[in-house]
Amino acid sequence: MKTIPVATTINGDETEFLCHTDESLLDVLRDRLGLTGAKEGCGTGDCGACSVMMNGRLVCSCLVLGVETEGAEIETIEGMAKGDTLHPLQRVFLEEAALQCGICTPGILVAAKALLEKNPDPTDTEVRYWLAGNLCRCTGYDKIIKAVQKAAAEMRAA
Amino acid sequence: MRYVKPESFEAAATLLRDETGISRILAGGTDVLVQLKAEMVEPDLMVDLKHLPGMREIVAEDGGFRIGAAVSGAELGEHDAVKAMWPGVVEGVELIGSSQVQSRATMAGNLCTGSPAGDAVPAMVTAEAVARVHGPDGVRDVPVVDIPTGPGKNSLSKGEFITSIYLPARPAHAGDAYLRFIPRTEMDIAVSSAAVSLALDEDGTVTSARVAVGAVAPTVRLVKDAGAALVGSKLDDAAIAAMVHAVEAACSPITDKRGTIEFRTKTAGVLAKRAALIAYGRAGGQL
Repeated sequence: MKTIPVATTINGDETEFLCHTDESLLDVLRDRLGLTGAKEGCGTGDCGACSVMMNGRLVCSCLVLGVETEGAEIETIEGMAKGDTLHPLQRVFLEEAALQCGICTPGILVAAKALLEKNPDPTDTEVRYWLAGNLCRCTGYDKIIKAVQKAAAEMRAA
Repeated sequence: MRYVKPESFEAAATLLRDETGISRILAGGTDVLVQLKAEMVEPDLMVDLKHLPGMREIVAEDGGFRIGAAVSGAELGEHDAVKAMWPGVVEGVELIGSSQVQSRATMAGNLCTGSPAGDAVPAMVTAEAVARVHGPDGVRDVPVVDIPTGPGKNSLSKGEFITSIYLPARPAHAGDAYLRFIPRTEMDIAVSSAAVSLALDEDGTVTSARVAVGAVAPTVRLVKDAGAALVGSKLDDAAIAAMVHAVEAACSPITDKRGTIEFRTKTAGVLAKRAALIAYGRAGGQL
């Protein structure tokens, strides 16, 4: 099958790739660009493990075609830390052990960052609703919600 | 699969009309890409229309709003003026999927995908929303209620697609609301649902009312008798009871893993009652 050239910006870097028309952005990120932070949990937009930002919006990269990202700005978990300095959400997730197996964590971090940019001081209920599309089968969510709130408080104080 | 971004609606219509294989239109992609992944459909042609004029815009028009067919749920929810005018429509759209899905899913897609349980549809029906349809023979305006024809089916013919949905002006002293029942609190498909839109006169008497139910028939259903039961009342118990009776009579659901015929019928009536009370309050009525 013929591949199509696509020019996009990923984590601030201009990136060109070739992909098939039926390939998802998730497949492009993982299999063509080696950005394996976004995970495939379900592949159908239910679990949120593949969450990335596209043009400033939180999306499931499994529900975006690679060819649709021509000219788009994509941000993935790989762009979240600044060099060796973790984003507060990343650091607090480690400190608070807000993860176990870690498969859902990149998606949750990307989603939580998107929430805090929109709403720096969410209620627990708002965090839970916002993250309803990010499934975690290990933690039971409590630690995740607490970590998001702790990071949010830190970010507000900064 | 060919992926095409046509230069105009006319070019898109011609392309879709002339395609001999299976074609799909890509807006939010939240259903189409799931079908692709599940290999439920293997399109020969995917037509992306999001870049075309007006597709991503919300424009004031004749006192109402024209919503481009590629406007996402998140974008609609951030539009204060639409939300103020048609809160029931917006709350229906915002119930679709997760934050991630909201970034992409569209009300036009929710309509065309033809699910009897589509959360965006009942309140569009009660709002008397009108879909603008482009096709090989030109442009036509179709009431939203006439678009879905059955589960997964719609009335658009080959080469046709929706480019915008028009929400008309709302009269003074009017309000709408949408409610659904799901067994959890978020991220689920309606077991049953109801939307109500009503207008009042100065003293709070209902002058017009529309009631629509979802997930209780092969399509979202406008229940004219239910709306008529509310007209002339201030939502007293007898009017509500007559409306609920009309809603239940209009239900012809199936029993499946999400709910039985009896449960769906009963809850549709309850939701219609609650939605009517919310809409009445939003219209400025005092109970």
